[in-house]
Amino acid sequence: MLSRVAERIYWMGRYMERSENMARLVNVNSHLLMDLPKGIRVGWGSLINISGTGDYFRRGDTELADERTVVRFMLSDRDNPSSLLNNLSWARENARITREIIPMEAWELINDLYLDVKDNLSKSVARRERNRVLQQVITRIQQFTGLLAGCMSHNSAYDFIRTGRNLERADMTTRIVDAGSANLLPHLTGGDDVLEPYDNILWMSVLRSLSAYQMYRQHVQDRVNAEDVVTFLLQDGLFPRAVSHSLGELEACLKKLPNSDDALRAVTGVRRRVRTADIPALLQTGLKEYIDNLQLEIADIHRQIASTWFLPVAPLEATPSETVIT
Amino acid sequence: MQIDWRDYACGEAYDELISSPGNPRKAARHLASYLASLSGEELQDRKLSAELAIKTMGISFTVYSDAGNIDRDWPFDIIPRIISQREWQKTERGLVQRLAALNCFIDDVYNDRKIIKDKVFPEELLADSSNFRPECVGMKPALGVWAHVCGSDLIRDHKGQFRVLEDNLRVPSGVSYMLENRKVTKRVFPELFENHAILPVTEYPNQLFDTLAAISPRPLDFPEVVVLTPGIYNSAYFEHSYLAQQMGVELVEGTDLVVEDDTVYMRTINGLARVDVIYRRIDDLFLDPEMFNPDSVLGVPGLMRAWLKGNVALANAPGAGVADDKLVYTFVPDMIKYYLDEDPILPNVPSYLCNDKKQRDYVLANLDKLVVKPANESGGYGMLMGPQASKKEREAFAQKIKANPRNYMAQPLIELSTAPVVTPRNAEPRHIDLRPFILQGRESHVTPGGLTRVAMTKGSYVVNSSQGGGSKDTWVVVEGDK
Repeated sequence: MLSRVAERIYWMGRYMERSENMARLVNVNSHLLMDLPKGIRVGWGSLINISGTGDYFRRGDTELADERTVVRFMLSDRDNPSSLLNNLSWARENARITREIIPMEAWELINDLYLDVKDNLSKSVARRERNRVLQQVITRIQQFTGLLAGCMSHNSAYDFIRTGRNLERADMTTRIVDAGSANLLPHLTGGDDVLEPYDNILWMSVLRSLSAYQMYRQHVQDRVNAEDVVTFLLQDGLFPRAVSHSLGELEACLKKLPNSDDALRAVTGVRRRVRTADIPALLQTGLKEYIDNLQLEIADIHRQIASTWFLPVAPLEATPSETVIT
Repeated sequence: MQIDWRDYACGEAYDELISSPGNPRKAARHLASYLASLSGEELQDRKLSAELAIKTMGISFTVYSDAGNIDRDWPFDIIPRIISQREWQKTERGLVQRLAALNCFIDDVYNDRKIIKDKVFPEELLADSSNFRPECVGMKPALGVWAHVCGSDLIRDHKGQFRVLEDNLRVPSGVSYMLENRKVTKRVFPELFENHAILPVTEYPNQLFDTLAAISPRPLDFPEVVVLTPGIYNSAYFEHSYLAQQMGVELVEGTDLVVEDDTVYMRTINGLARVDVIYRRIDDLFLDPEMFNPDSVLGVPGLMRAWLKGNVALANAPGAGVADDKLVYTFVPDMIKYYLDEDPILPNVPSYLCNDKKQRDYVLANLDKLVVKPANESGGYGMLMGPQASKKEREAFAQKIKANPRNYMAQPLIELSTAPVVTPRNAEPRHIDLRPFILQGRESHVTPGGLTRVAMTKGSYVVNSSQGGGSKDTWVVVEGDK
């Protein structure tokens, strides 16, 4: 398999996963709002912080931004490199480039999804329509994943897609844990306690954003609480969106690829540190620093992957398309 | 509105489906009566579902414009064009004959130059040809074939006679659209396939692979064949990707290839892997910055060295374009006689060469009746459509011809044949041409039919997709069945 193709198909995997996550984030926040009493403000701005795109937000303080502005920024803003629309358009460009590798139906699915979202996104500022559109995005991306699992040979190309997906997934889960703890931990350590009665609801929404609530309840008997949720999302070995599990999947993909020693070493190291982290202690001293560090380590896994398998000069990475997409 | 063929406005031109108002041609009888049975609403519905299918399948082409490159949906008309198998068999023989002679010619001009010595072909035409590559002199590609893939443009004159308008021997494109058009028709009119015996077009990718595999320097069952594309911003990228996919080979860009010890390798996740055959979709001058355009970032440094040493095969071979020249074209009937000792099966369009004084004077005196074409352009650029041009445009063009006569040839305006297209009201005739694809390797193959291009504007003769042309599915139909 060509190095260039490996790179693009890996990014296709990442962008598809990122699109799904973006849809999940916005959707869950919309639901959360409905559960909270009037007068309690849950920052829509935290969504921007989670996705790490604050630098591209040009409409003032993210904490003060209103629902409409944030939703538009997250879903359809062309200037936000991680907006749903941009993610999908990059997934599509990468799929277009690697069209000869993936099953025809997979290309048609991505192409169709992108065109649909492009046409319908402006409607999704209103909550009712939004839920429908976002739910569709999530469903169709899962259909894409299923289609590849069922119709694509489980060859190196497939492994690169899964590598991209799992790396992106691990990264997003760390972001969501980070955002949850940033919003919720202050009063745990004796700070602002306005939200305290609603902690439960908020942690539940964190779980829901990852479709993890039900699986969490099966796994943890106790009521929803910070320590158990963070432990579950970081360390659980069986839940697909837990960091530890995603890294485990990543490891399995890399093992099947040639010359994977360096990349494997990077993954196994990170995974070990995640599994052995002392969560209760970290919650006391501050999770933020730990998570920031973890994200850097995840970024380093990407660098190892790139230097092992991709072309020496990356032709496309962050901005895969310069064509005018109409 | 429902189609009533009695109202169909047959013009001067030969119509492919309807011989006179109310009378479909024999091979098109089923189709015509089926179309007439659909209500106006149903017909527009089918049209819409074809557009949707094209969007979903992502069949697109790129248009270069000031505002950037735009990826457009492929324009398609749902009424197929029908050719009877009997007629096609003859055309097919004519095309194979033609490509065989062209390949003899190319091999000859780069080696012994017998045709010039025998004074059948004038030497000065060669000396001035912008597609002659001195770097290729003395090269002997496998099987003596230089042009493995040829797309010839055929038109039908008012008598219904197919004529060759030009031969595209450099990087002819369009075959993927021919294949996709058939798929779209199957989605839109599945019921039509029950009542017609239509020759399938799906063999092309396999035949292309066989043709390419046959010229591999290493004698392998499955040599490493790749498709070399300039990249995603090229107007034919869709096709490059499509053919690679259909043949099950790698689609590479210049940066994926590297030449070491005069051997071509591609960079893979396992390291370097040797490449045997390159189906290149990059023009000669961009192939190798070492030998041609030093600024080319599309090509591969050293590629020509590897080819000249015989360590890699290129299709089409560099320099094959020497026969893809509108002046050389006029000599093809002579070449067929000279090399094959046969009579040409398919006639050319009568042509006037502007480098010959007598013929040039005729052209200049009759600009209002002629179509004048530059020798080395493709895509319909740089042409003068005499009958439709203003006096001022004709005068300006006359100056260009006088300044560089070798660069121009002229042909009478042929009334291209027409075929019905669906309009918002019913069906109207539009001018069309046909580009079949011919392969020559160990054996020769011709696509059954080809890509029918349509001038979608009423009365227009411009069929190029870059200039607003559309396309149709093309059926070669076995008559007398069902």
